Amino acid sequence: MSTLIKGARPYGEDAVDLLLDDGVITAIGTGLSADGAQVVDAAGLIALPGLVDLHTHLREPGREDAETVETGSRAAALGGFTAVHAMANTDPVADTAGVVEQVWRLGQEAGLVDVVPVGAVTVGLRGERLAELGAMADSAARVRVFSDDGHCVADPALMRRALEYVKALDGVVAQHAEEPRLTVGAQMNEGDRSARLGLAGWPAAAEEAVIARDVLLAGHVGARLHVCHVSTAGSVEILRWAKSRGVQVTAEVTPHHLLLTDECAETYDPVFKVNPPLRTDADVQALRAGLADGTIDAVATDHAPHAVEDKESEWASARPGMLGLEQALSIVVQTMVEPGLLDWRGVADRMSVRPAAIGRLADRGADSHGRPLTVGEPANLLLLDPTHRATVDPAALASRSRNSPYAGRELPGRVVATFLRGTATVMDGKAQK
Amino acid sequence: MKRHLLEAADLDRADATLVLDTAGQIESALAGREVKKLPTLRGRTVVNLFYEDSTRTRISFELAAKRLSADVINFSAKGSSVSKGESLKDTALTLEAMGSDAIVIRHQASGAPHRLARWVKGSVVNAGDGTHEHPTQALLDAYTIRQRLGRLDGVRVAIVGDVLHSRVARSNVWLLSTLGAEVTLVAPPTLLPVGVGSWPVAVSYDLDAVLPKADVVMMLRVQAERMNASFFPSAREYSRRYGLDGRRMATLPDDAIVMHPGPMNRGMEIAAEVADSARSTIVDQVGNGVSVRMAVLYLLLGGAPE
Repeated sequence: MSTLIKGARPYGEDAVDLLLDDGVITAIGTGLSADGAQVVDAAGLIALPGLVDLHTHLREPGREDAETVETGSRAAALGGFTAVHAMANTDPVADTAGVVEQVWRLGQEAGLVDVVPVGAVTVGLRGERLAELGAMADSAARVRVFSDDGHCVADPALMRRALEYVKALDGVVAQHAEEPRLTVGAQMNEGDRSARLGLAGWPAAAEEAVIARDVLLAGHVGARLHVCHVSTAGSVEILRWAKSRGVQVTAEVTPHHLLLTDECAETYDPVFKVNPPLRTDADVQALRAGLADGTIDAVATDHAPHAVEDKESEWASARPGMLGLEQALSIVVQTMVEPGLLDWRGVADRMSVRPAAIGRLADRGADSHGRPLTVGEPANLLLLDPTHRATVDPAALASRSRNSPYAGRELPGRVVATFLRGTATVMDGKAQK
Repeated sequence: MKRHLLEAADLDRADATLVLDTAGQIESALAGREVKKLPTLRGRTVVNLFYEDSTRTRISFELAAKRLSADVINFSAKGSSVSKGESLKDTALTLEAMGSDAIVIRHQASGAPHRLARWVKGSVVNAGDGTHEHPTQALLDAYTIRQRLGRLDGVRVAIVGDVLHSRVARSNVWLLSTLGAEVTLVAPPTLLPVGVGSWPVAVSYDLDAVLPKADVVMMLRVQAERMNASFFPSAREYSRRYGLDGRRMATLPDDAIVMHPGPMNRGMEIAAEVADSARSTIVDQVGNGVSVRMAVLYLLLGGAPE
């Protein structure tokens, strides 16, 4: 089945037609026609490569009351994603070939995005000994990203071994940078606001110290390191320094850290509780600048669904984390595109090309992601209406959970359609299955 | 006044003064009466919802409500549905369904009263939340200072001890500065929050330097467990550097008073000879607590049922 997209603006540039056939972009030009093709009027819409998320919590297996692979996949497709990395902190933990293959298979069955499992670095995320990383890499799930996310691989010797070991797998360790001894009981960013609110502080130094240590280790052993959810100005500086020294380090920032600050904690509403915590406005500005200049490689959602009872409580007993898949692109438009920090090619780079390269998804033939919008490439793309503005209503989200920190906010941009290998997973803003 | 009393930081000078003045009026109205009771809150129900053990605060609120003729229900988290896993929200809605007009809450989590205030229609009074605030304690402290010294404007108050973990300190910082007092926090740097620089106070690490210029010394309770987390090396060293003993007390100006929110660690932050001295207001504070809490309940519940 073929689809003819009429008048879309790839990367926000001149309007053209795109013909998708058999999962591939087969023609790009003006005045294209194709017999029997489904025609999509894309006048005024921007075409971007399908987004790739390096950091998603789909909660299955274990917490299907909060999210499933299917509901999370639907949220992802509605957000313009064609591939998401599913974090390993499920129950059971994704620390064996069996669990990662289960997640991968559930993703294929849902058929809305490619669900790419992340493997745990250590058995049970306990930070004691390495999980069978090779078995996960060799499995049908083809794991390349390994992470204990939710926990830091805090033991420096174990982290060094993990970095070294995954070199043989063309893998990367994605570190949740948090020195645990500095964040015992921590509830929010440590600073003026935590002092006043009486919530235990999570110092920026607890993140920065681990990043500094890990870039030195990665440089020393010549391994790839990826830093999850960078949240502080100091972290951006350390990354900039490490990159200037040639360390193979990449990093991601979340939409919420690009938009929100610790001022949100003043409501004591745990929908704003997240790990790492929301920081100060100075941090937000540094993160935007770091994303603009490429010091930070990617936007990753850290989409973290939680059941109502895990959020409708007092702050300290609530679980950390917030939804992100469905609003990620809108927030990047608001925080990066509208202020002129990133153009549409930049958005494609930070939300598709680079995350796909980090996850080693760019060279998988027909299953590749993060490829340019050119003839012969897999037809993974989205159509965005950049002029549309709407207020976020958590009840209307596709995620099974409702913990969106953007409730009531007006955000720009609407994903009108998403195509996964030529098949529409979203059309007219609605999921197709 | 607003519907809730969640934090002293919310109170402006007029509101805070109104509470203190009302407490004074209540005290005079009851003075010399045989039956120490006012009919003001007859038919209203006040729930004391206590998630932490705090006998003195609970009794003080209970007495305050009873002296205003309200019906009082004490709900302790221990041995209740809470110990069976009921959430704060469910507990609050249950209590409200039973007809509570005000909930007085003590909770170990900072911000719990703020959450509660969003779920219930009645008034919420914060009786201490985590390491955040304890506004009625600050009000009774301000009342006591005014009673003893005749004023609050320009009064020099030193708050000494574990400021980091103290809800009493936070509430006093905001309330006393709103009322015109000059507050100095005295503590080892480990027991001051990062970010204290944004508070309207002076900070000192040296108790001996502060005492001769203090009209009020407010000693905070220091838990010996803190030394296990390296906030200070030992109870003995803490006491030597930041404890108030007779020698130090002698360096205070003549009229200066010594306060403590209780319960005291005698021999740790305060020596017995200080706690029992004429400067000490510790017993007055307890008595004033009832009057101030009566004033708060009276002002929030407005007297007559709606």
